[in-house]
Amino acid sequence: MQRVGVFVCWCGSNIAGTVDVAAVAEALKNEPGVVFSTDYQYMCSQAGQDIIKNAIAEHNLTGIVVCSCSPRMHEATFRKTAAAAGLNPYMVEIANIREQCSWVHKDMTTGTEKAIILGKAAVAKVNLNTPLTPGESPVTKRALVIGGGIAGIQTALDIADAGFPVDIVETKPTIGGKMAQLDKTFPTLDCAACILTPKMVDVAQNEKIRIFSYSEVEEVGGFVGNFDVKIKKKARYVKEDICTGCGACVDKCPMKKNPNEFNLGMDNRPAIYIPFAQAVPKVATIDPNACNMLKNGKCGLCARVCAAGAIDYTQKDEIIEEKYGAIVVATGFNPISMEKFDEFAYNQSKDVITSLEFERLTNAAGPTAGHLERPSDGKSPKTIVFVQCVGSRCDACSEKGKEYCSKICCMYTAKHAMLTRDKYPDTDVYVFYIDVRTPGKNFDEFYRRAVEEFGVKYIKGMVGKVTPEGDKLKVQASDLLSNKQLHIDADLVVLAAAIEPDKSARPLATMLTASMDTNDFFTEAHPKLRPVESPTAGVFLSGACQGPKDIPETVSQAGAAASKVIGLLAKDKLTGNPCVAHSNELMCNGCSSCERVCPYGAITYEDKEFRMPNRTTKIRRVASVNPAVCQGCGACTVACPSGAMDLKGFANSQIIAEVDAICK
Amino acid sequence: MQKITRDQLVEKAVALLSDGTVSAVLGWSRGEFDYDITPAVFKSAEEVKENFVWNDFCGANFSKYLVAQTGKVEGKILVFLKPCDTYSFNQLLTEHRFDREKVYAVGIPCEGMADIAKVREIVGDGIVSIEDDGESLKVSTLYADAPVLVGAKDVMAERCVNCKSKKHVAFDELMGEDGEVIESARFDEVARLEAMTPDERFLFWQNELSRCIRCNACRDACPACTCEKCVFDNPDSAVENKAPANSFEEKMFHIIRAFHVAGRCTDCGECSRVCPQNIPLHLLNRKFIKDINEFYGEYQAGAEVGSRAPLVDYTTEDLEPGEVFERGDQDA
Repeated sequence: MQRVGVFVCWCGSNIAGTVDVAAVAEALKNEPGVVFSTDYQYMCSQAGQDIIKNAIAEHNLTGIVVCSCSPRMHEATFRKTAAAAGLNPYMVEIANIREQCSWVHKDMTTGTEKAIILGKAAVAKVNLNTPLTPGESPVTKRALVIGGGIAGIQTALDIADAGFPVDIVETKPTIGGKMAQLDKTFPTLDCAACILTPKMVDVAQNEKIRIFSYSEVEEVGGFVGNFDVKIKKKARYVKEDICTGCGACVDKCPMKKNPNEFNLGMDNRPAIYIPFAQAVPKVATIDPNACNMLKNGKCGLCARVCAAGAIDYTQKDEIIEEKYGAIVVATGFNPISMEKFDEFAYNQSKDVITSLEFERLTNAAGPTAGHLERPSDGKSPKTIVFVQCVGSRCDACSEKGKEYCSKICCMYTAKHAMLTRDKYPDTDVYVFYIDVRTPGKNFDEFYRRAVEEFGVKYIKGMVGKVTPEGDKLKVQASDLLSNKQLHIDADLVVLAAAIEPDKSARPLATMLTASMDTNDFFTEAHPKLRPVESPTAGVFLSGACQGPKDIPETVSQAGAAASKVIGLLAKDKLTGNPCVAHSNELMCNGCSSCERVCPYGAITYEDKEFRMPNRTTKIRRVASVNPAVCQGCGACTVACPSGAMDLKGFANSQIIAEVDAICK
Repeated sequence: MQKITRDQLVEKAVALLSDGTVSAVLGWSRGEFDYDITPAVFKSAEEVKENFVWNDFCGANFSKYLVAQTGKVEGKILVFLKPCDTYSFNQLLTEHRFDREKVYAVGIPCEGMADIAKVREIVGDGIVSIEDDGESLKVSTLYADAPVLVGAKDVMAERCVNCKSKKHVAFDELMGEDGEVIESARFDEVARLEAMTPDERFLFWQNELSRCIRCNACRDACPACTCEKCVFDNPDSAVENKAPANSFEEKMFHIIRAFHVAGRCTDCGECSRVCPQNIPLHLLNRKFIKDINEFYGEYQAGAEVGSRAPLVDYTTEDLEPGEVFERGDQDA
């Protein structure tokens, strides 16, 4: 029989405001096994913890129930308290009477009644608890960063700086991501390339960092500290270690008319290409869909001009297997497709462009060498209309756009408008907005400069329709403040398209068993207290894969993710979770159901000999769980048809005891 | 009315026993009554010749018996499998429940089996003997002066009327012609129940399940119920021998059992066949099969060995739980 102590926390007025804590402590005194019951104002405080420690010693408690906040909040705290008093930490149960009780009830009577029931359930469970001892597993001291944009670059640099090897996997031929495509950065207007490319060079030169460019994560197995990852290095038909990036092949390639992804298709590139001059690694890549040699076996010009002999038309995709201790997701974002926004005539006129395309148009390394020219006829636009919130902040039921605010558009539009007015003062610049949101250091000052110093015309209201007519774009819009319809003849319309997570994020989340929200942004373990960790142990989040972010925020999060990774890799051993599955071999049918649902590959089968009646034996196939690999998710216990699989600390009998206690 | 005769089966069994291919035969033998056919293991040609039975009451699905019998017999065991039995056979192989190497499976055609309850509806109680003349059954009862002739088609079991397949999906040897998978109307009754209001449906099931005497015959006959130790017999399971709180709680057993076999049930219909209270238990299983088909695409458990059942598999095309919830909401 257990000797159970019950400790009811007031949490100041958080619990005591809606729950009669003294009544709860009194009621639970009569539950089976309970030998001590008390309440206190802040059980998690030093004084509160001392009450628990003293009671354990004084009453020889074998298990304790703390009626307090969510176990996510303080279960670890009270387990430590129990351990300090010599009690096995897994003999602690938490009854959540705050989030699941006092915070959701208004009435003291019902709140108290429910708190007592939750307490009874926890007592019923702790009566069946057994001491558990966690195992240990080693840590592979290498990190994987998925995505080589500014988020991935910063995370990798910070981890490498602490002395741990890091691999970056980037799907594009070069690292750099979206930031490499930008012109200037708000709110200081320093040029993106000037601050990004030195970091890219740092990455290339850092001997702790390996870059797998033009590569994808193919498969992820294992668990925190011991991930097994397969990386597919796509054939680029150029030997990376030999290519010097001289560009002779690029100049000579006859297949020149392929849309240039880096310039968002606004100009062309050859079949063999280096995305931009500062690419890292600076290595050519052959586009197999464009190369005549790869398609038809005719040409071979690049191989002839390559002095280094780096061209290899027979190159195949290569699978690299590596072990990692931690994984950082930095898959970033993309602007959403403008396909569904016919009202802005994006598909009808070349002069309706997205903001990212505008970045390329104004970038000195872009298709127009930085001269602001209309894509249709190369003329200088005299009237530019910027439209904000295209696809952002839509109705929940909207099929076109996103419900969330894309966060970066207000600031980059202010930047675009300001820079245009600065360089071309004779240009009329209109910005249509719903709200202007500038919550960042020096952000509002920046926006006000655009309005006050640079004379950008900010108009509250949405653009209803853009109609191409002759060489003009007829913009029909409403001015909500003066309640007027506006008609503007524009030369260029720039759409601040909403941003969404990269398409690779969802399959990656499945591989990592990391959770996502409905918009496919990765979910953090706790929105406030664990913002850079995914709920999956060993998986960390960096940058816009977790939600829309500007560069300063991304870089801070990248550093934070790196520090979490460093904290993990600095450990030699990880203490496992002892709440793992185990199979009762006498009941196991060996049917393989559990193995099929196990996301971690923790279950194997063996043929075992069993004693049967009359001195006979029988060989049966039974499941066994590798406790180092098992994460205790419990999927197997549900899939097991015979009930042979059970979870330590969450045994079926314990759960049923809780249900019984609640229903009694 | 079976196309294949007892003599042919006996001849096959005797031949395989004599040439040493198998050392035992899993077949049917007479029980207490003519309609009360019981599975039996025959170890010699003489036993087979004397006791082997083949008639319209040989409904028993032998697949499940292989789990225990393959462990008891030296060498191979011969098993006769009707088309529907072969699905259970494959499903048990998928679950690694017996060693395929220890079995010699002979597929036999089946023209549908008789349901004794339907016979009783026509002739009444007190059946003392039933003779099969090919087209009809000659039934003698205690209370009738002369035997009553009953058309074999008129007393065919529901699962045979709605036969889902005449095709054998597993065998070492086939006797007679193999058939095809059939577009049956087996889900019509489920659809009728789905169309009811929740109250009507509850009444229907309460009425049916209230007859249950918890004899466990359904569980014992079910080829999907082969657990080493059934949770309902296991004192550690926390559900064993629980006193029911009300008259309906114990009947939850059947609903829980339907969940238990969901995705593994091949719809062989043994549960309903063996039920002494004539509860249409197969409808619960068919509801699951229908839902699985609708939610995850057509899936027939046991159609092939090693297939991954939708409920224990994940594909990116799987529908989101919300969609299931919404549909459930509409049903209610």
